[in-house]
Amino acid sequence: MQIGIFSVGDVTTDPTTGRTPSEHERIKATVAIARKAEEVGLDVFATGEHHNPPFISSNPTATLAYIGAQTGRIVLSTATTLITTTDPVLIAEDYAKIQHLTDGRVDLMMGRGNTGPVYPWFGKDIRQGINLAVENYALLHRLWREDVVDWSGRFRTPLQGYTATPRPLDGVPPFVWHGSIRSPEIAEQAAYYGDGFFHNHIFWPASHTRQMVDLYRRRWEHHGHGPADTAIVGLGGQFFMRRNSQDAIAEFRPYFDNAPVYGHGPSMEDFTAQTPLTVGSPQQVLERTLSFRDYAGHYQRQLFLVDHAGLPLKTVLEQLDLLGEILPAMRAGFAEGRPAHVPDAPTHQSLVAAAGGAVGHAVHAVDDVTGRAPAEAVSA
Amino acid sequence: MTTIAVVSAGLSNPSSTRLLADRLTAATVEALEEVEIVQVELRDLAHDLTDHLLTGFPSARLADVLARVGAADGLIAVTPVFSASYSGLFKTFFDVLEPGALDGTPVLVAATAGTARHSLVLDHAIRPLFTYLRAVVVPTGVFAATDDFGADGTDLDARIARAAGELARLAGKVASPDATGTRRRTVDDELIDPTPFEELLARAQRV
Repeated sequence: MQIGIFSVGDVTTDPTTGRTPSEHERIKATVAIARKAEEVGLDVFATGEHHNPPFISSNPTATLAYIGAQTGRIVLSTATTLITTTDPVLIAEDYAKIQHLTDGRVDLMMGRGNTGPVYPWFGKDIRQGINLAVENYALLHRLWREDVVDWSGRFRTPLQGYTATPRPLDGVPPFVWHGSIRSPEIAEQAAYYGDGFFHNHIFWPASHTRQMVDLYRRRWEHHGHGPADTAIVGLGGQFFMRRNSQDAIAEFRPYFDNAPVYGHGPSMEDFTAQTPLTVGSPQQVLERTLSFRDYAGHYQRQLFLVDHAGLPLKTVLEQLDLLGEILPAMRAGFAEGRPAHVPDAPTHQSLVAAAGGAVGHAVHAVDDVTGRAPAEAVSA
Repeated sequence: MTTIAVVSAGLSNPSSTRLLADRLTAATVEALEEVEIVQVELRDLAHDLTDHLLTGFPSARLADVLARVGAADGLIAVTPVFSASYSGLFKTFFDVLEPGALDGTPVLVAATAGTARHSLVLDHAIRPLFTYLRAVVVPTGVFAATDDFGADGTDLDARIARAAGELARLAGKVASPDATGTRRRTVDDELIDPTPFEELLARAQRV
Protein backbone atom coordinates (compact mmCIF):
# COMPACT_ATOMS: atom_id res chain seq x y z
CA MET A 1 0.00 0.00 0.00
CA GLN A 2 1.36 3.39 -1.02
CA ILE A 3 0.40 6.42 1.02
CA GLY A 4 1.21 9.90 -0.17
CA ILE A 5 0.03 13.39 -0.94
CA PHE A 6 -0.92 15.39 -3.99
CA SER A 7 -0.93 19.12 -4.59
CA VAL A 8 -2.94 21.09 -7.11
CA GLY A 9 -0.79 24.18 -6.62
CA ASP A 10 -3.48 26.76 -5.95
CA VAL A 11 -2.48 30.26 -4.84
CA THR A 12 -5.23 31.10 -2.37
CA THR A 13 -5.59 33.91 0.13
CA ASP A 14 -5.40 32.76 3.75
CA PRO A 15 -8.92 33.71 4.91
CA THR A 16 -7.77 34.11 8.52
CA THR A 17 -5.10 36.69 7.74
CA GLY A 18 -6.07 38.05 4.33
CA ARG A 19 -2.56 37.30 3.12
CA THR A 20 -1.96 35.82 -0.33
CA PRO A 21 1.35 34.02 -0.90
CA SER A 22 3.39 35.02 -3.93
CA GLU A 23 3.85 32.58 -6.79
CA HIS A 24 7.49 32.27 -5.78
CA GLU A 25 6.59 31.36 -2.20
CA ARG A 26 4.05 28.81 -3.37
CA ILE A 27 6.44 27.21 -5.87
CA LYS A 28 9.14 26.90 -3.21
CA ALA A 29 6.53 25.65 -0.72
CA THR A 30 5.67 22.83 -3.10
CA VAL A 31 9.28 21.66 -2.94
CA ALA A 32 9.38 22.00 0.85
CA ILE A 33 6.16 19.98 1.14
CA ALA A 34 7.51 17.23 -1.12
CA ARG A 35 10.72 17.01 0.90
CA LYS A 36 8.73 16.89 4.11
CA ALA A 37 6.58 14.11 2.67
CA GLU A 38 9.68 12.01 2.14
CA GLU A 39 11.00 12.92 5.59
CA VAL A 40 7.85 11.73 7.39
CA GLY A 41 7.93 8.44 5.50
CA LEU A 42 5.30 8.91 2.79
CA ASP A 43 5.62 6.93 -0.44
CA VAL A 44 4.32 9.30 -3.11
CA PHE A 45 4.33 13.00 -3.95
CA ALA A 46 2.17 14.06 -6.89
CA THR A 47 1.77 17.48 -8.43
CA GLY A 48 -1.12 18.78 -10.47
CA GLU A 49 -0.94 20.57 -13.80
CA HIS A 50 -2.70 23.83 -14.49
CA HIS A 51 -2.07 26.47 -17.09
CA ASN A 52 -4.06 29.32 -15.64
CA PRO A 53 -4.05 31.54 -12.56
CA PRO A 54 -4.42 31.14 -9.60
CA PHE A 55 -2.27 28.03 -9.98
CA ILE A 56 1.50 27.62 -10.01
CA SER A 57 1.49 24.07 -11.32
CA SER A 58 2.39 24.66 -14.95
CA ASN A 59 5.51 22.81 -16.09
CA PRO A 60 5.14 19.85 -13.72
CA THR A 61 8.15 18.11 -15.26
CA ALA A 62 10.58 20.80 -14.11
CA THR A 63 9.01 20.67 -10.66
CA LEU A 64 9.25 16.89 -10.43
CA ALA A 65 12.83 16.79 -11.72
CA TYR A 66 13.85 19.45 -9.19
CA ILE A 67 12.14 17.56 -6.37
CA GLY A 68 13.68 14.34 -7.65
CA ALA A 69 17.12 15.87 -7.25
CA GLN A 70 16.38 16.80 -3.63
CA THR A 71 14.84 13.52 -2.52
CA GLY A 72 16.05 9.96 -2.59
CA ARG A 73 13.21 7.56 -2.08
CA ILE A 74 9.75 9.04 -2.62
CA VAL A 75 7.90 8.19 -5.83
CA LEU A 76 7.07 11.24 -7.94
CA SER A 77 3.76 11.37 -9.73
CA THR A 78 1.21 13.71 -11.24
CA ALA A 79 -2.33 14.60 -10.28
CA THR A 80 -2.98 14.95 -13.09
CA THR A 81 -1.08 15.14 -16.38
CA LEU A 82 -3.31 16.77 -18.99
CA ILE A 83 -3.46 14.11 -21.67
CA THR A 84 -6.00 16.20 -23.58
CA THR A 85 -4.05 19.39 -24.21
CA THR A 86 -0.47 18.14 -23.92
CA ASP A 87 1.17 16.59 -26.95
CA PRO A 88 1.65 12.88 -26.17
CA VAL A 89 5.02 13.06 -27.94
CA LEU A 90 6.21 15.58 -25.35
CA ILE A 91 4.78 13.53 -22.48
CA ALA A 92 6.65 10.48 -23.79
CA GLU A 93 9.93 12.40 -23.91
CA ASP A 94 9.57 14.38 -20.70
CA TYR A 95 8.56 11.57 -18.37
CA ALA A 96 11.04 9.09 -19.81
CA LYS A 97 13.71 11.72 -19.11
CA ILE A 98 12.56 12.12 -15.50
CA GLN A 99 12.48 8.35 -15.21
CA HIS A 100 16.20 8.25 -16.11
CA LEU A 101 17.12 11.19 -13.91
CA THR A 102 15.36 9.77 -10.84
CA ASP A 103 16.29 6.12 -11.45
CA GLY A 104 12.71 5.09 -12.03
CA ARG A 105 11.02 7.02 -9.22
CA VAL A 106 8.25 8.38 -11.43
CA ASP A 107 4.79 7.43 -12.58
CA LEU A 108 1.90 9.48 -14.00
CA MET A 109 -1.79 9.99 -13.61
CA MET A 110 -3.67 11.00 -16.73
CA GLY A 111 -6.49 13.51 -16.46
CA ARG A 112 -8.51 15.65 -18.82
CA GLY A 113 -8.75 19.03 -17.11
CA ASN A 114 -12.09 20.78 -16.82
CA THR A 115 -11.21 24.42 -17.50
CA GLY A 116 -12.86 25.27 -20.82
CA PRO A 117 -10.61 28.15 -21.97
CA VAL A 118 -7.40 26.15 -21.42
CA TYR A 119 -8.22 23.81 -24.31
CA PRO A 120 -8.29 26.46 -27.07
CA TRP A 121 -5.04 27.95 -25.72
CA PHE A 122 -3.49 24.66 -26.78
CA GLY A 123 -5.50 24.39 -29.98
CA LYS A 124 -8.00 21.90 -28.57
CA ASP A 125 -11.72 21.75 -27.78
CA ILE A 126 -13.10 20.67 -24.39
CA ARG A 127 -16.06 19.00 -26.09
CA GLN A 128 -13.55 16.50 -27.49
CA GLY A 129 -12.17 15.81 -23.99
CA ILE A 130 -12.86 12.08 -23.90
CA ASN A 131 -11.81 11.58 -27.52
CA LEU A 132 -8.56 13.49 -26.89
CA ALA A 133 -7.83 11.40 -23.81
CA VAL A 134 -8.48 8.18 -25.72
CA GLU A 135 -6.50 8.96 -28.87
CA ASN A 136 -3.59 10.78 -27.22
CA TYR A 137 -3.05 8.03 -24.70
CA ALA A 138 -3.23 5.36 -27.39
CA LEU A 139 -0.30 7.13 -29.06
CA LEU A 140 1.62 7.66 -25.82
CA HIS A 141 1.21 3.98 -24.99
CA ARG A 142 2.83 3.02 -28.30
CA LEU A 143 5.61 5.60 -28.09
CA TRP A 144 6.88 4.01 -24.88
CA ARG A 145 6.61 0.45 -26.18
CA GLU A 146 7.63 0.62 -29.83
CA ASP A 147 11.03 1.99 -30.83
CA VAL A 148 9.86 3.27 -34.19
CA VAL A 149 6.31 4.49 -34.60
CA ASP A 150 4.27 5.25 -37.70
CA TRP A 151 1.06 6.86 -36.64
CA SER A 152 -1.77 8.99 -37.87
CA GLY A 153 -4.82 10.19 -35.98
CA ARG A 154 -7.32 12.94 -35.69
CA PHE A 155 -5.77 15.33 -33.22
CA ARG A 156 -2.09 15.76 -34.07
CA THR A 157 0.36 15.72 -36.97
CA PRO A 158 1.05 12.21 -38.28
CA LEU A 159 4.35 10.55 -37.37
CA GLN A 160 6.50 8.58 -39.79
CA GLY A 161 9.48 6.65 -38.46
CA TYR A 162 9.39 8.52 -35.15
CA THR A 163 11.38 7.39 -32.11
CA ALA A 164 10.62 9.01 -28.75
CA THR A 165 13.84 9.60 -26.86
CA PRO A 166 15.12 8.74 -24.38
CA ARG A 167 13.70 5.24 -24.46
CA PRO A 168 12.08 4.28 -21.12
CA LEU A 169 14.53 3.33 -18.38
CA ASP A 170 15.41 -0.38 -18.50
CA GLY A 171 12.93 -0.78 -21.35
CA VAL A 172 10.00 -0.36 -18.95
CA PRO A 173 7.57 2.57 -19.35
CA PRO A 174 6.47 4.52 -16.28
CA PHE A 175 3.34 3.09 -14.70
CA VAL A 176 0.22 5.03 -15.64
CA TRP A 177 -2.90 5.78 -13.63
CA HIS A 178 -6.02 7.26 -15.16
CA GLY A 179 -7.89 9.71 -12.96
CA SER A 180 -11.54 10.52 -13.33
CA ILE A 181 -14.32 11.50 -11.00
CA ARG A 182 -17.37 11.03 -13.19
CA SER A 183 -16.43 9.57 -16.58
CA PRO A 184 -17.00 5.83 -16.82
CA GLU A 185 -15.17 5.95 -20.18
CA ILE A 186 -11.92 6.66 -18.32
CA ALA A 187 -12.42 3.72 -15.95
CA GLU A 188 -12.97 1.59 -19.05
CA GLN A 189 -9.78 2.98 -20.63
CA ALA A 190 -7.73 2.18 -17.51
CA ALA A 191 -9.17 -1.33 -17.41
CA TYR A 192 -8.51 -1.92 -21.11
CA TYR A 193 -4.80 -1.17 -20.80
CA GLY A 194 -4.37 -2.84 -17.42
CA ASP A 195 -3.34 0.55 -16.02
CA GLY A 196 -4.26 1.96 -12.62
CA PHE A 197 -7.47 3.83 -11.93
CA PHE A 198 -7.50 6.72 -9.48
CA HIS A 199 -10.73 8.11 -8.12
CA ASN A 200 -10.19 11.46 -6.51
CA HIS A 201 -13.25 11.03 -4.39
CA ILE A 202 -12.64 14.11 -2.24
CA PHE A 203 -15.53 15.97 -3.86
CA TRP A 204 -17.98 13.12 -4.27
CA PRO A 205 -19.94 10.80 -2.02
CA ALA A 206 -18.67 7.30 -1.33
CA SER A 207 -21.63 5.76 -3.17
CA HIS A 208 -20.37 7.28 -6.42
CA THR A 209 -16.76 6.25 -5.80
CA ARG A 210 -17.95 2.72 -5.22
CA GLN A 211 -19.73 2.65 -8.60
CA MET A 212 -16.71 3.97 -10.49
CA VAL A 213 -14.25 1.61 -8.80
CA ASP A 214 -16.63 -1.33 -9.26
CA LEU A 215 -16.89 -0.59 -12.97
CA TYR A 216 -13.10 -0.41 -13.32
CA ARG A 217 -12.60 -3.66 -11.41
CA ARG A 218 -15.29 -5.44 -13.46
CA ARG A 219 -13.80 -4.27 -16.74
CA TRP A 220 -10.24 -5.10 -15.59
CA GLU A 221 -11.37 -8.68 -15.27
CA HIS A 222 -13.32 -8.48 -18.56
CA HIS A 223 -10.20 -7.33 -20.43
CA GLY A 224 -8.25 -10.29 -19.12
CA HIS A 225 -5.90 -8.71 -16.59
CA GLY A 226 -6.93 -10.99 -13.74
CA PRO A 227 -9.59 -11.14 -11.03
CA ALA A 228 -11.38 -7.87 -10.22
CA ASP A 229 -9.72 -7.62 -6.83
CA THR A 230 -6.26 -7.50 -8.44
CA ALA A 231 -7.00 -4.25 -10.29
CA ILE A 232 -4.86 -1.26 -9.30
CA VAL A 233 -6.96 1.32 -7.48
CA GLY A 234 -6.00 4.69 -6.03
CA LEU A 235 -8.14 7.07 -4.00
CA GLY A 236 -7.95 10.71 -3.05
CA GLY A 237 -8.65 11.99 0.41
CA GLN A 238 -8.36 15.09 2.53
CA PHE A 239 -8.11 15.79 6.21
CA PHE A 240 -7.28 18.43 8.73
CA MET A 241 -6.11 17.16 12.07
CA ARG A 242 -5.07 18.40 15.48
CA ARG A 243 -4.51 16.29 18.57
CA ASN A 244 -7.83 17.55 19.90
CA SER A 245 -10.64 17.22 17.35
CA GLN A 246 -12.38 20.43 18.51
CA ASP A 247 -9.17 22.37 17.78
CA ALA A 248 -9.06 20.89 14.28
CA ILE A 249 -12.68 21.87 13.60
CA ALA A 250 -12.24 25.42 14.89
CA GLU A 251 -8.99 26.00 13.02
CA PHE A 252 -10.07 24.51 9.69
CA ARG A 253 -13.57 25.97 9.49
CA PRO A 254 -12.62 29.37 7.98
CA TYR A 255 -10.49 27.58 5.37
CA PHE A 256 -13.35 25.25 4.56
CA ASP A 257 -15.94 28.03 4.44
CA ASN A 258 -13.85 30.05 1.98
CA ALA A 259 -12.22 27.25 -0.01
CA PRO A 260 -12.20 27.85 -3.77
CA VAL A 261 -13.93 24.59 -4.65
CA TYR A 262 -16.63 24.00 -2.04
CA GLY A 263 -16.57 27.23 -0.02
CA HIS A 264 -19.78 29.20 0.60
CA GLY A 265 -21.71 26.00 -0.08
CA PRO A 266 -22.56 23.18 2.27
CA SER A 267 -21.61 23.32 5.94
CA MET A 268 -18.37 21.60 6.94
CA GLU A 269 -20.46 19.09 8.88
CA ASP A 270 -22.56 18.23 5.79
CA PHE A 271 -19.49 18.00 3.59
CA THR A 272 -17.57 15.76 5.97
CA ALA A 273 -20.61 13.49 6.18
CA GLN A 274 -21.01 13.37 2.37
CA THR A 275 -17.36 13.10 1.30
CA PRO A 276 -14.13 11.61 2.70
CA LEU A 277 -13.06 14.97 4.20
CA THR A 278 -12.16 14.32 7.82
CA VAL A 279 -11.61 17.15 10.27
CA GLY A 280 -10.65 15.90 13.68
CA SER A 281 -8.07 13.98 15.67
CA PRO A 282 -5.36 11.76 14.17
CA GLN A 283 -7.31 8.74 15.40
CA GLN A 284 -10.42 9.89 13.51
CA VAL A 285 -8.42 10.44 10.33
CA LEU A 286 -6.89 7.00 10.71
CA GLU A 287 -10.23 5.28 11.17
CA ARG A 288 -11.95 7.16 8.36
CA THR A 289 -9.13 6.43 5.93
CA LEU A 290 -9.17 2.72 6.70
CA SER A 291 -12.93 2.71 6.10
CA PHE A 292 -12.43 3.64 2.41
CA ARG A 293 -11.80 -0.08 1.84
CA ASP A 294 -15.42 -0.76 2.78
CA TYR A 295 -16.51 0.57 -0.61
CA ALA A 296 -13.36 0.47 -2.74
CA GLY A 297 -12.01 -2.91 -1.68
CA HIS A 298 -8.33 -3.46 -0.85
CA TYR A 299 -6.52 -0.86 -2.89
CA GLN A 300 -3.02 0.25 -3.76
CA ARG A 301 -2.56 3.99 -3.40
CA GLN A 302 -4.00 6.59 -1.04
CA LEU A 303 -3.16 10.23 -1.79
CA PHE A 304 -4.21 13.10 0.45
CA LEU A 305 -4.64 16.74 -0.47
CA VAL A 306 -3.07 18.77 2.34
CA ASP A 307 -1.85 22.07 0.85
CA HIS A 308 -4.85 23.99 -0.37
CA ALA A 309 -7.47 26.60 0.47
CA GLY A 310 -4.85 29.08 1.69
CA LEU A 311 -3.42 26.98 4.52
CA PRO A 312 0.01 28.43 5.42
CA LEU A 313 3.09 26.32 4.77
CA LYS A 314 3.80 25.96 8.48
CA THR A 315 0.36 24.42 9.03
CA VAL A 316 0.76 22.09 6.07
CA LEU A 317 4.09 20.84 7.42
CA GLU A 318 2.47 20.26 10.82
CA GLN A 319 -0.26 18.24 9.09
CA LEU A 320 2.44 16.10 7.48
CA ASP A 321 4.12 15.56 10.86
CA LEU A 322 0.81 14.33 12.26
CA LEU A 323 0.27 12.12 9.23
CA GLY A 324 3.76 10.70 9.76
CA GLU A 325 2.83 9.84 13.35
CA ILE A 326 -0.20 7.76 12.35
CA LEU A 327 1.51 6.30 9.29
CA PRO A 328 2.68 3.05 10.94
CA ALA A 329 -0.83 2.42 12.30
CA MET A 330 -2.32 3.26 8.88
CA ARG A 331 0.03 0.81 7.16
CA ALA A 332 -0.78 -1.87 9.72
CA GLY A 333 -4.50 -1.20 9.28
CA PHE A 334 -4.30 -1.47 5.49
CA ALA A 335 -2.34 -4.72 5.80
CA GLU A 336 -5.00 -6.24 8.04
CA GLY A 337 -7.18 -8.72 6.21
CA ARG A 338 -5.47 -8.02 2.90
CA PRO A 339 -5.43 -11.21 0.80
CA ALA A 340 -1.99 -12.28 -0.41
CA HIS A 341 -3.03 -12.19 -4.06
CA VAL A 342 -3.94 -8.49 -3.95
CA PRO A 343 -0.93 -6.79 -5.53
CA ASP A 344 0.89 -3.68 -4.37
CA ALA A 345 1.01 -0.63 -6.63
CA PRO A 346 3.53 -1.26 -9.42
CA THR A 347 6.92 0.41 -9.02
CA HIS A 348 9.77 0.62 -11.46
CA GLN A 349 11.48 -2.28 -9.69
CA SER A 350 8.40 -4.47 -9.76
CA LEU A 351 7.74 -3.68 -13.42
CA VAL A 352 11.32 -4.50 -14.37
CA ALA A 353 11.06 -7.76 -12.46
CA ALA A 354 7.75 -8.57 -14.14
CA ALA A 355 9.34 -7.91 -17.54
CA GLY A 356 12.02 -10.47 -16.77
CA GLY A 357 14.76 -7.97 -16.13
CA ALA A 358 16.06 -4.69 -17.48
CA VAL A 359 16.60 -4.26 -21.17
CA GLY A 360 19.39 -1.88 -22.12
CA HIS A 361 17.68 0.31 -24.61
CA ALA A 362 19.15 2.63 -27.16
CA VAL A 363 17.80 3.29 -30.58
CA HIS A 364 20.30 4.46 -33.13
CA ALA A 365 19.55 6.19 -36.35
CA VAL A 366 19.46 4.07 -39.44
CA ASP A 367 22.54 4.53 -41.65
CA ASP A 368 21.25 6.42 -44.67
CA VAL A 369 23.71 4.67 -46.99
CA THR A 370 23.37 1.04 -45.88
CA GLY A 371 19.82 1.32 -44.50
CA ARG A 372 21.00 -0.60 -41.44
CA ALA A 373 21.02 0.23 -37.77
CA PRO A 374 24.53 0.05 -36.20
CA ALA A 375 23.67 -3.13 -34.29
CA GLU A 376 22.68 -4.88 -37.50
CA ALA A 377 25.85 -3.67 -39.22
CA VAL A 378 27.98 -5.23 -36.50
CA SER A 379 26.22 -8.57 -36.51
CA ALA A 380 26.10 -8.74 -40.33
CA MET B 1 -48.40 1.89 -13.60
CA THR B 2 -47.54 5.36 -14.83
CA THR B 3 -45.27 7.55 -12.74
CA ILE B 4 -45.80 11.29 -12.88
CA ALA B 5 -43.32 13.67 -11.25
CA VAL B 6 -44.67 17.02 -10.12
CA VAL B 7 -42.08 19.76 -9.66
CA SER B 8 -43.40 22.87 -8.02
CA ALA B 9 -41.31 25.98 -7.38
CA GLY B 10 -43.61 28.09 -5.22
CA LEU B 11 -41.98 29.82 -2.27
CA SER B 12 -44.78 30.62 0.15
CA ASN B 13 -46.74 28.03 2.02
CA PRO B 14 -49.37 27.46 0.80
CA SER B 15 -48.45 28.90 -2.57
CA SER B 16 -50.69 29.44 -5.57
CA THR B 17 -48.04 27.55 -7.57
CA ARG B 18 -48.50 24.49 -5.37
CA LEU B 19 -52.26 24.96 -5.56
CA LEU B 20 -52.11 24.86 -9.35
CA ALA B 21 -49.72 21.88 -9.24
CA ASP B 22 -52.17 20.00 -7.04
CA ARG B 23 -55.07 20.64 -9.40
CA LEU B 24 -53.03 19.54 -12.40
CA THR B 25 -51.96 16.43 -10.50
CA ALA B 26 -55.53 15.56 -9.55
CA ALA B 27 -56.71 15.97 -13.14
CA THR B 28 -53.83 13.82 -14.43
CA VAL B 29 -54.50 11.10 -11.86
CA GLU B 30 -58.11 11.08 -12.98
CA ALA B 31 -57.08 10.68 -16.62
CA LEU B 32 -54.75 7.73 -15.98
CA GLU B 33 -55.65 4.25 -14.82
CA GLU B 34 -52.87 3.44 -12.40
CA VAL B 35 -50.60 6.25 -11.41
CA GLU B 36 -47.90 7.00 -8.89
CA ILE B 37 -47.10 10.62 -8.09
CA VAL B 38 -43.62 11.88 -7.16
CA GLN B 39 -44.22 15.25 -5.53
CA VAL B 40 -41.21 17.60 -5.47
CA GLU B 41 -41.44 20.90 -3.63
CA LEU B 42 -38.33 22.83 -4.63
CA ARG B 43 -38.45 25.17 -1.64
CA ASP B 44 -37.48 22.21 0.57
CA LEU B 45 -34.48 21.54 -1.68
CA ALA B 46 -33.27 25.13 -2.08
CA HIS B 47 -30.11 24.66 0.00
CA ASP B 48 -29.34 21.30 -1.57
CA LEU B 49 -29.68 22.84 -5.03
CA THR B 50 -27.31 25.69 -4.22
CA ASP B 51 -24.83 23.27 -2.65
CA HIS B 52 -24.99 21.15 -5.81
CA LEU B 53 -24.15 24.19 -7.94
CA LEU B 54 -21.14 24.90 -5.73
CA THR B 55 -19.79 21.40 -5.08
CA GLY B 56 -20.82 19.68 -8.31
CA PHE B 57 -22.56 16.77 -6.61
CA PRO B 58 -26.05 16.32 -5.14
CA SER B 59 -26.79 15.61 -1.50
CA ALA B 60 -28.22 12.13 -0.93
CA ARG B 61 -31.82 13.37 -0.82
CA LEU B 62 -31.41 15.59 -3.88
CA ALA B 63 -29.79 12.70 -5.76
CA ASP B 64 -32.82 10.60 -4.89
CA VAL B 65 -35.22 13.28 -6.17
CA LEU B 66 -33.22 13.77 -9.40
CA ALA B 67 -33.24 10.04 -10.04
CA ARG B 68 -36.97 9.75 -9.44
CA VAL B 69 -37.81 12.71 -11.69
CA GLY B 70 -35.51 11.32 -14.40
CA ALA B 71 -37.21 7.95 -14.21
CA ALA B 72 -40.77 9.30 -14.32
CA ASP B 73 -43.01 8.66 -17.33
CA GLY B 74 -44.28 12.21 -17.31
CA LEU B 75 -43.61 15.53 -15.62
CA ILE B 76 -45.77 18.39 -14.42
CA ALA B 77 -43.57 21.47 -13.99
CA VAL B 78 -45.02 24.54 -12.30
CA THR B 79 -43.22 27.80 -11.57
CA PRO B 80 -44.16 31.26 -10.41
CA VAL B 81 -43.28 34.02 -12.86
CA PHE B 82 -40.36 36.08 -11.54
CA SER B 83 -38.99 39.02 -13.55
CA ALA B 84 -40.55 37.99 -16.83
CA SER B 85 -39.52 34.32 -16.65
CA TYR B 86 -39.43 31.15 -14.56
CA SER B 87 -37.96 31.56 -11.09
CA GLY B 88 -34.26 30.99 -10.44
CA LEU B 89 -35.01 28.11 -8.12
CA PHE B 90 -37.08 26.39 -10.83
CA LYS B 91 -34.29 26.84 -13.38
CA THR B 92 -31.63 25.62 -10.94
CA PHE B 93 -33.42 22.32 -10.57
CA PHE B 94 -33.38 21.74 -14.32
CA ASP B 95 -29.79 22.99 -14.51
CA VAL B 96 -28.56 20.22 -12.22
CA LEU B 97 -30.69 17.47 -13.74
CA GLU B 98 -28.43 15.05 -15.61
CA PRO B 99 -28.30 15.73 -19.38
CA GLY B 100 -30.59 13.23 -21.05
CA ALA B 101 -32.74 12.75 -17.96
CA LEU B 102 -35.81 14.21 -19.66
CA ASP B 103 -35.17 13.03 -23.21
CA GLY B 104 -38.54 12.13 -24.70
CA THR B 105 -40.39 12.70 -21.43
CA PRO B 106 -43.85 14.30 -21.82
CA VAL B 107 -44.05 17.52 -19.82
CA LEU B 108 -47.00 19.66 -18.84
CA VAL B 109 -45.80 23.21 -18.22
CA ALA B 110 -47.67 25.61 -15.98
CA ALA B 111 -47.07 28.96 -14.33
CA THR B 112 -48.64 31.36 -11.90
CA ALA B 113 -48.38 35.13 -11.64
CA GLY B 114 -50.19 38.13 -10.28
CA THR B 115 -51.71 39.07 -13.60
CA ALA B 116 -52.48 37.42 -16.92
CA ARG B 117 -50.10 39.88 -18.62
CA HIS B 118 -47.32 37.39 -17.86
CA SER B 119 -48.99 34.48 -19.57
CA LEU B 120 -46.64 34.36 -22.57
CA VAL B 121 -43.85 33.30 -20.20
CA LEU B 122 -45.22 29.80 -20.75
CA ASP B 123 -44.44 29.83 -24.44
CA HIS B 124 -41.52 32.24 -24.58
CA ALA B 125 -39.46 30.93 -21.66
CA ILE B 126 -40.67 27.65 -20.22
CA ARG B 127 -41.48 25.80 -23.42
CA PRO B 128 -38.04 26.51 -25.01
CA LEU B 129 -36.32 25.31 -21.82
CA PHE B 130 -37.96 21.91 -22.12
CA THR B 131 -37.42 21.80 -25.86
CA TYR B 132 -33.72 22.24 -25.16
CA LEU B 133 -33.92 19.40 -22.65
CA ARG B 134 -35.46 17.25 -25.43
CA ALA B 135 -38.67 16.76 -23.50
CA VAL B 136 -42.03 16.60 -25.28
CA VAL B 137 -44.08 19.56 -24.11
CA VAL B 138 -47.83 19.00 -24.34
CA PRO B 139 -49.69 21.55 -26.50
CA THR B 140 -51.69 23.11 -23.69
CA GLY B 141 -49.74 25.07 -21.09
CA VAL B 142 -51.67 26.20 -18.05
CA PHE B 143 -51.30 29.72 -16.79
CA ALA B 144 -53.13 30.84 -13.66
CA ALA B 145 -53.23 34.47 -12.62
CA THR B 146 -54.38 35.45 -9.16
CA ASP B 147 -57.77 36.32 -10.66
CA ASP B 148 -58.26 32.77 -11.84
CA PHE B 149 -58.47 31.57 -8.27
CA GLY B 150 -61.29 33.96 -7.42
CA ALA B 151 -63.30 34.83 -10.45
CA ASP B 152 -66.36 33.15 -11.87
CA GLY B 153 -66.44 32.17 -15.47
CA THR B 154 -62.72 31.44 -15.71
CA ASP B 155 -61.90 28.52 -17.97
CA LEU B 156 -59.01 27.38 -15.71
CA ASP B 157 -60.75 24.08 -15.00
CA ALA B 158 -61.16 23.37 -18.67
CA ARG B 159 -57.52 24.21 -19.40
CA ILE B 160 -56.33 22.01 -16.55
CA ALA B 161 -58.43 19.11 -17.80
CA ARG B 162 -57.26 19.52 -21.37
CA ALA B 163 -53.57 19.75 -20.44
CA ALA B 164 -53.83 16.80 -18.03
CA GLY B 165 -55.53 14.75 -20.70
CA GLU B 166 -52.76 15.53 -23.17
CA LEU B 167 -50.11 14.58 -20.63
CA ALA B 168 -51.90 11.38 -19.67
CA ARG B 169 -52.22 10.32 -23.29
CA LEU B 170 -48.49 10.78 -23.93
CA ALA B 171 -47.17 9.50 -20.61
CA GLY B 172 -49.37 6.43 -20.58
CA LYS B 173 -48.75 5.22 -24.09
CA VAL B 174 -45.05 4.43 -24.41
CA ALA B 175 -43.68 1.76 -22.08
CA SER B 176 -40.80 4.05 -21.12
CA PRO B 177 -38.83 6.84 -22.79
CA ASP B 178 -35.99 4.33 -23.11
CA ALA B 179 -38.20 2.08 -25.20
CA THR B 180 -38.43 4.74 -27.90
CA GLY B 181 -34.65 4.71 -28.31
CA THR B 182 -34.54 8.49 -28.10
CA ARG B 183 -32.87 8.88 -24.73
CA ARG B 184 -29.22 9.94 -24.51
CA ARG B 185 -26.89 7.69 -22.56
CA THR B 186 -26.21 8.99 -19.08
CA VAL B 187 -23.35 8.35 -16.66
CA ASP B 188 -25.56 5.80 -14.92
CA ASP B 189 -26.08 3.94 -18.20
CA GLU B 190 -22.31 3.81 -18.72
CA LEU B 191 -21.74 2.58 -15.18
CA ILE B 192 -24.10 -0.31 -15.75
CA ASP B 193 -23.21 -1.12 -19.34
CA PRO B 194 -19.98 0.62 -20.39
CA THR B 195 -19.15 1.42 -23.99
CA PRO B 196 -16.32 -1.02 -24.83
CA PHE B 197 -12.92 0.59 -25.27
CA GLU B 198 -12.64 -0.50 -28.90
CA GLU B 199 -15.75 1.57 -29.62
CA LEU B 200 -14.35 4.53 -27.65
CA LEU B 201 -11.17 4.38 -29.73
CA ALA B 202 -13.09 4.15 -33.01
CA ARG B 203 -15.29 7.02 -31.91
CA ALA B 204 -12.28 9.18 -30.96
CA GLN B 205 -10.92 8.91 -34.47
CA ARG B 206 -14.21 9.49 -36.25
CA VAL B 207 -14.44 13.05 -37.52
